[in-house]
Amino acid sequence: MELHDLPKPQDLMNIDLNKPPETGWMDTPTVFRNGTYSYPAAGKNLKILGLANPRQWSPADEDWKLPENWKEIILQGMKERLEKYRSFRLFMDICVRCGACADKCHFFIGSGDPKNMPVLRAELIRSVYRNDFTLLGKMLGRLGGGRELTIDVLKEWFYYFFQCTECRRCSVFCPYGIDTAEVTMIGRELLNLVGLNINWVIEPVANCYRTGNHLGIPPHGLVDMWQFMTDDIEDITGIKIDLPINKKGAEILFVTPSGDYFADPGTYTCMGYMMLFHELGLDYTWSTYASEGGNFGLFTSHEMIKRLNAKIYAEAKRLGVKWIIGGECGHMWRVIHQYMETMNGPADFLEEPVSPITGTKFENAKQSKMVHITEFTSDLIKNGKLKLDPSRNDKIIATYHDSCNTARAAGLLEEPRYVIRNIMNNFYEMPENTIREQTFCCGGGAGLGNDENIEMRMRGAFPRASALRHVVDKHAVNRLLCMCAIDRATLTALCHYWAPDVTVGGIHELLANALVMKGEKERTVDLRGEPLGDEEEDE
Amino acid sequence: MRDLILEKKKDIVKRWIELTIDTYPPEGGSFMKNQKNQFANPVGAAILNGAETLYKWIMSGDKDLSPDVVRRLDDVIRIRAVQQFSASDAVGFIFLLKRVIRETLLRDALKDKNDLQELFDIDSRIDSLALHAFNMYMKCREKLFEIRAMEIRNRTSRILERACMKYGAPHEW
Ligand code: SF4
Ligand code: SF4
Repeated sequence: MELHDLPKPQDLMNIDLNKPPETGWMDTPTVFRNGTYSYPAAGKNLKILGLANPRQWSPADEDWKLPENWKEIILQGMKERLEKYRSFRLFMDICVRCGACADKCHFFIGSGDPKNMPVLRAELIRSVYRNDFTLLGKMLGRLGGGRELTIDVLKEWFYYFFQCTECRRCSVFCPYGIDTAEVTMIGRELLNLVGLNINWVIEPVANCYRTGNHLGIPPHGLVDMWQFMTDDIEDITGIKIDLPINKKGAEILFVTPSGDYFADPGTYTCMGYMMLFHELGLDYTWSTYASEGGNFGLFTSHEMIKRLNAKIYAEAKRLGVKWIIGGECGHMWRVIHQYMETMNGPADFLEEPVSPITGTKFENAKQSKMVHITEFTSDLIKNGKLKLDPSRNDKIIATYHDSCNTARAAGLLEEPRYVIRNIMNNFYEMPENTIREQTFCCGGGAGLGNDENIEMRMRGAFPRASALRHVVDKHAVNRLLCMCAIDRATLTALCHYWAPDVTVGGIHELLANALVMKGEKERTVDLRGEPLGDEEEDE
Repeated sequence: MRDLILEKKKDIVKRWIELTIDTYPPEGGSFMKNQKNQFANPVGAAILNGAETLYKWIMSGDKDLSPDVVRRLDDVIRIRAVQQFSASDAVGFIFLLKRVIRETLLRDALKDKNDLQELFDIDSRIDSLALHAFNMYMKCREKLFEIRAMEIRNRTSRILERACMKYGAPHEW
């Protein structure tokens, strides 16, 4: 073959280098590439929940096996929601396309895909709204920015609404307060009406609905797991903890995400709670029924949030506790702060939370009767109720990832930092436009943290990872702290890919490392069973 | 000719960056070019810093890639390995440099045999960089599968460990 017959590299690359977009966004078809979408919900799980159209299907198939009148169902669903949720109609009407939100989404930043710009994500649904629900749109159609709901539009909804982690970073920058996460939530609700949902969301929901936790572990299995942890604690500290479980008349009910029971590194945080409560002599209880703090209903529909959240209050009532402490969980706090009171309240059978150790009244929890563990713990530290030896964490150089939901939805910014600063000596913040209210998502929230979606997750994780790598380079950070069970799993993958020398963990794990307990033996290992000091470090 | 290439360095690198960014959809590309804050625009920053450093290496006489060059190349490949690209598209941005150098120089340079030799040298350095990049790309993709396997395992690691302990089965990963 003559050399000049060989394709030039740029032909090989098959990139038309100076291409203008051939089609506008409205007509660019969706490509379902392996690694960038989540598997659909299994029919059996839809059946358990009584949800529409249980069947076997795949987003990569041409035929999605929709009900014949799917379009009618969706438009009717839109109509109902436009009437029911004032915010939804408002968000449809008031966007002026100023673009302030456009480059704030981690998926856009990591992919460059315009439909991941929050304004366009919302526009996917807004175009249909214009077409079918506004006079102008009905008259002008496409000229007025309207677009007919076709099967391709529906596929695009599925792709991009399950490509939004509902993290609300965009809303921080919108001058009108438009919350694209809420648009996504409505979008997913509508998709659910015709049986379009993902298994990573629906299976935990179905399990939770049946057994009270995401993995579907029955009560005796839970008790077994918890005892496994107390055994480990005894090995490390010499202290045998007798865990209160389903204890009627306890003062406080403790609820945490089940991710903390089954998977490292959440388990270490869970051991941390146990050690803290034991040391305080707290009158509290674990529950095998309200055994899940997470609520994947949030990623399904408003109705489902309510169904799953109800069990926490029901259990509080059954056990006759006075108030509730919640563990290190992200979206649980979104549910508690934004929805619990209206959906399942009022919780008038509970009392306004007062710390039995310090006497502090948690006035912010007056309504929900539920206190976040870092609020509880920072109050303990502030009042000098804990004996702490931060040097036990000296091997760890940490930074802190604000979980989207605790930071943006619940405003828990100072409490975790206050605890962290008191339990360890080496703590460095990531750059300021990537933390607190402006924190970047882990890339796997809102049910997208499944393994089949790994490519998309890593794209979305890049903004967080780039900030993390900055402090790794500058301060040799080796631990990424967070207070969310989803994060503890998804950030672990993020670190494996982007920053392999960094491990992930919760705050109460380090608190328990530092906690000097009455009657403990001299500690030689941390909660992970790794040596505390440097001497034994060389491997 | 080498002098000319060094003289035009700025233009060449700029054009290379442009062409690389043009492999993204236009809206994404214009954001990557214009947002200057590296944390707000990490992909743009990786490409920008990467192109500078890689170009310097190509024009240098260094045989091996220094840790800094490896890191910069890795930065670009690692993100492109998870974006909507085929393997050849992910790595192929490196070859775009050949085109840029030809476009920029051919008219003025290439006056004698030495120039041609020089161009071949540069080409082969670009090729060897691309081969390095391909290795990195493969490692990234392998890593992704490793992570998938790890996640499936970790999800229930404690349950299995407990079950094995209880029933006396050996437990090792
Ligand atoms: S809520 Fe988060 S993921 Fe969704 S569009 Fe906004 S920034 Fe992107
Ligand atoms: S910032 Fe708000 S008003 Fe501006 S484009 Fe985004 S959603 Fe619309």
